[in-house]
Amino acid sequence: MEIKKGIAVSPGISIAKSLIIDSEDYRIPRRSIKPSQRMIEIQRVRNAFKTAIDELTEVQAGPENLEQGKIRDIFAVHLRFLRDRSLRKKITDLIHSESVTAEYAVSATLREIAQHFSKVKDTYISERATDIYDIERRLLKKLLGHKREDLEHINHEVVVVARELSPTQTAGFNKNFVKGIATDAGGRTSHTAIVARSLGIPAVVALEDFTESISAGDTIIIDGNRGIAIANPDAETIKQYQAYSQEFTQLEHKLVAIKEKPAVTRDGVKITMLGNIEFPGEAELVLEKGGEGIGLYRTEFLYLNRPNEPTEEEHYQAYAQTIRVFKHRPVIIRTLDLGADKYTQSKRFAPEPNPFLGLRSIRFCLQNLVMFKTQLHAIIRASVLGEIKIMFPLITNLQELMQAKMILRDVMEDLDEESVKYNRNIKIGIMIETPSAALTASTLARGVDFFSIGTNDLTQYTLAVDRGNELVSTLYSSADPAVLRLIRMVIQDAYKAQIDLSVCGEMASEPQYIMLLLGMGVRTISLATPMIPEIKQIVRSVTIEDCNNIARKILAMNSERQISTFLNDATRKILPEAF
Amino acid sequence: MRAGEITLETTVCELEVSIKNADGLHMRPAMQFVDIANQYPCDIVVSNNETRVDGKSIMQMSMLAATYGTKLKIRAKGMDAQKAVQALRELVEEKHFDEPTPEERKKNQY
Repeated sequence: MEIKKGIAVSPGISIAKSLIIDSEDYRIPRRSIKPSQRMIEIQRVRNAFKTAIDELTEVQAGPENLEQGKIRDIFAVHLRFLRDRSLRKKITDLIHSESVTAEYAVSATLREIAQHFSKVKDTYISERATDIYDIERRLLKKLLGHKREDLEHINHEVVVVARELSPTQTAGFNKNFVKGIATDAGGRTSHTAIVARSLGIPAVVALEDFTESISAGDTIIIDGNRGIAIANPDAETIKQYQAYSQEFTQLEHKLVAIKEKPAVTRDGVKITMLGNIEFPGEAELVLEKGGEGIGLYRTEFLYLNRPNEPTEEEHYQAYAQTIRVFKHRPVIIRTLDLGADKYTQSKRFAPEPNPFLGLRSIRFCLQNLVMFKTQLHAIIRASVLGEIKIMFPLITNLQELMQAKMILRDVMEDLDEESVKYNRNIKIGIMIETPSAALTASTLARGVDFFSIGTNDLTQYTLAVDRGNELVSTLYSSADPAVLRLIRMVIQDAYKAQIDLSVCGEMASEPQYIMLLLGMGVRTISLATPMIPEIKQIVRSVTIEDCNNIARKILAMNSERQISTFLNDATRKILPEAF
Repeated sequence: MRAGEITLETTVCELEVSIKNADGLHMRPAMQFVDIANQYPCDIVVSNNETRVDGKSIMQMSMLAATYGTKLKIRAKGMDAQKAVQALRELVEEKHFDEPTPEERKKNQY
């Protein structure tokens, strides 16, 4: 039995067999398999080679992206390696003789070759090792990609164990079978954590070297409430956790009762509670939990897990499916917010050195107009079906907003020409998630119908902290006075300009921030769907007067720690079971 | 090779070449080499002093890491062995993989 403490990011308890997903970004640990499995692994290697060859052949055939002879040569060399029978044999021989996974055999063989090159004295030749690492990566991507696809067709319950999971991978999980998630890396606000929470899959992250010690099929317990992962638990521990699990389900049931009750404070102020969703399928869940609409519909999911960009019709169908659930309640669709992740980076020859400050989100869209217009066309076309609003992410200046709106107008003209009906007065809003947007909120407010404060990125950019980096993640806190002052500024500017305002970041899902947000003047929040009942209970237990007092006190405080402690104490008084 | 065994299938041809281009047998030259070698049905073995490798495998050829001036023995066995060895010699010693020799490179620098 091995017990490991990490960070709890998605509540719930699960007990199931492990399914390990290695990552091409990290060294592949040696994992043994049963001798009877060897033929399966060998076949996986063959398939990976085949897909990689097909892919490279296709890249080679495309003339316009590759005018440069050098790049073409590099791919030609890679192709020769992939077609080299003796390389493939070396790999399959290793699986045969040592009973190891396909991933390990590929990685170990190619690394051995790369090391051979690195040892050559001639620098020109020794640098060729990088080509070999490239080939290794390509093959691992195929192997792991196939495995991820298999995961989508999984038909038994598992706990997914990985060094790190991208939001893409997590988004593809079938929650009927993926019962828990454990990762070595990550933090509370990493995208993977957010996706796990929205899917309602218990998850623990930042488990350091947990993956190293696990074999496929080991029994794993995930305690997403306390942030504990246990490998190969003894009978006693399993029994104990089965009991915890039951208790937790009972608490959930208690919160279900609150669903029908309105989100009104004790002194009668109505708070609008919306849900954040990723997939059209989640819309029902928002209703089930008592949400009154969608405050943040993330559309990245449409682009992930697939080789091509989605068509206009695919966009449209996804939006139509969601809006049909909500009829005349608001659904705020956020335009593509990709970047700083594998999707945009894999489309580049060289990754960006500083992707979070790079070509992401609206910037990516404004440079990929065909793609951007396809999405806008579908959103506008769907606007007749209900109360759809459109939201641009990561706006940092007025210029970007103007550009985005101009493109939107172009798309509307296209629709006019096509004689397609749409809502001409569709509401347009922006995410306020950079300090520059917060500081210029009064200007930006004149060009939009609403603001939505994205507290995660706002915190990250204000405090200059990568929320996914365990080394500095303790510095990441939305309770930091700098972040709170920016939020207050945005709220005040929205009021002055008389535009709608909501908060859609993690802050709105975390019990300790609710009173503060209400006290600062927030009346609409959009949050992780599973958290709606719990947050509603807080709303129903407070008065705006209390909240105002808390906000006043907090905004006079100068240290994050003081603020956090104060907020935790205040919340514990009204919702003891949340802590 | 004993007399009487000389049939079409068992023709053996052997030749020593030396690497003339300045950068040596790196990836792209290795690719050119195996591309030509693979055009012939005969087996092709390439060796330096220490190792013998399959002349049709880019992995093995590139791992020879033959630098400028390295002498390589090319041995072909089977149909078209003669032609194969000649074509490979031409690639290594005359075309030197369409790359400059150290002298040519120096000249270009001045």
